[in-house]
Amino acid sequence: MNSLIALPILIPLLVGASCVAAWRYAAAQRILTLAGSIAYFAVAMVLLGRVAEEGIQAVQKGDWAAPFGITLVADTFSAVMIAATGVVAPVIVVYSLATMDRGREAYGYYPLLNILLMGVSGAFLTGDIFNLFVWFEVLLISSFVLLALGGERAQLEGAIKYVTLNLVASAFFLAAVGVLYAMAGSLNMADLSQRLASAGHPGVVTTLAVLFLVAFGIKGAIFPLFFWLPASYHTPPVAVSAMFGGLLTKVGVYALIRVFTLLFLNDVDYTHTLILAAGGVTMVTGVLGAVAQYEFRRLLSFHIVSQIGYMVMGLGFFTPLALAGAVFFIVHNIFVKTNLFLVSGVSYRLHGTYDLKKLGGLYRAHPWLSLLFAVSAFSLAGVPPLSGFFGKLVLVKAGLGIDQFVLVGAALGVSLLTLFSMTKIWAEAFWKPLPADTPADPPGGGAALLFGPIVTLAVLAVALGAAAGPFFDLALQAGHQLMDPEGYVRAVLRARGGP
Amino acid sequence: MEALLAVVIGGLYASGIYMLMRRSIVKLIIGLGLLAHGASLLVFTAAGLTRAVPPVIPQGARTLTEAAADPLPQALILTAIVISFGVQAFAMVLAYRAYQTVGTDDLDDMKATDT
Repeated sequence: MNSLIALPILIPLLVGASCVAAWRYAAAQRILTLAGSIAYFAVAMVLLGRVAEEGIQAVQKGDWAAPFGITLVADTFSAVMIAATGVVAPVIVVYSLATMDRGREAYGYYPLLNILLMGVSGAFLTGDIFNLFVWFEVLLISSFVLLALGGERAQLEGAIKYVTLNLVASAFFLAAVGVLYAMAGSLNMADLSQRLASAGHPGVVTTLAVLFLVAFGIKGAIFPLFFWLPASYHTPPVAVSAMFGGLLTKVGVYALIRVFTLLFLNDVDYTHTLILAAGGVTMVTGVLGAVAQYEFRRLLSFHIVSQIGYMVMGLGFFTPLALAGAVFFIVHNIFVKTNLFLVSGVSYRLHGTYDLKKLGGLYRAHPWLSLLFAVSAFSLAGVPPLSGFFGKLVLVKAGLGIDQFVLVGAALGVSLLTLFSMTKIWAEAFWKPLPADTPADPPGGGAALLFGPIVTLAVLAVALGAAAGPFFDLALQAGHQLMDPEGYVRAVLRARGGP
Repeated sequence: MEALLAVVIGGLYASGIYMLMRRSIVKLIIGLGLLAHGASLLVFTAAGLTRAVPPVIPQGARTLTEAAADPLPQALILTAIVISFGVQAFAMVLAYRAYQTVGTDDLDDMKATDT
């Protein structure tokens, strides 16, 4: 049992290392990565089942008692995030098999993908704030290389912005961790939670909270720190874009929710109001940016920013229901956003462009693709009975429960604009006839591999809506755990060592 | 000593951020380096400066007998330095490739992905 929590980190590590060993054999790397991602999915589901049934799981690696050991913790929120990662990982791998060019495969695409997965899992599972920093660096470094791999001009320009701003965020993060250690004398998050509750210097603690807010705000792309995201996420190959758009920014949001539900609770009025304001402005700016775009993936990138606003708003409301809404919304968004990127990749493969003005006629030529796009787009906008509707419903209900009418109004208005910009994609890429100067369909190859992932994620968007009840119960369990740091602290401090 | 280091850290942050705002990509990377050093030095200073008392348990004793320097911040900094070394090496290669591809080191000419 103890090893179970570590497996989501160990599997990608082992697979990544084996891929490096099989550097010259692309076929072996493909099979290894596919098998690894399926194993990851299985482990993630077992872990989720265990955590949902038995409560928070924690283990001290190396058998040093907390707060000195290497702590791994899986509460419901972590387990849900790992499970969502476990769904996205095989999907991305299968899509990569069909679309990744030989050059990128030869220069380490699969090892990097695995290391990225390892970094993401580590960030979700660690119970130590400095280890969180290290896992962030692991996932950042592999994402830097994935972003720049291929060396096209747009990729390099995007990578410079991405690398610069993320390194600035890391410097802030490190400084904040250092000052936190100097003040509280611990790095274990459960231990810190107890120490900060009784620590003096409320001014210093609040300053630290804001430092963390800035660091994770840059990584999670909240207003006004999001400009790197729409400048870079549309430049790499679609499989990478989809992985980044679906998963990476959510790691920033995860970290934000973790530290602001576990550590910085001494001045909730100030910090969480700040978070709420940032969330509201993020929603609105993101969607307004998206409305102005005519590049398929850039439009989607701005929508990532907008939807990060919803998640952060859930944290800002700071009630169990709101956090449950945020958890629900994150999972919904991971599936749907990944899928929209994958659809944009298919349209690129068909017509060789991401420019909505040059695309067209997809509905006539590919009605099934159009249906799949429509499911994801409507889900993103929050049309019932798809998954996005329930995520937004819970958030709106939570907001109304604590009289946050302005933000609830903003959230509903943003939904309308989201629907508008999705309609724009529909009208331009799917509905209008294909412009005469755009090349027509090439004869497709690997179609099953392309459509398998898209169908899977579209089905999940529908299923998450249809089975909203059971999944919402899980999200509510996560929300209650997040609002009650005692349980987390108890689980970590009494956890025994593992091999 | 703390006061002096505080000024040094402030100077590193100020010059790092100033360099980040320059248009040249090389200066951008120097700025990132300075910022990383500033952060490391901040971790070091904030945890308290203890001179000449290494955290070594004397022979015969089972625990430290007197207040000693805390080794943990130094371990953190060591990790951070290694990470920032690797990342900066990558950033330099990236900058050079961008310079080769775009044909200039002026960040104002790298706006193709912004519009």
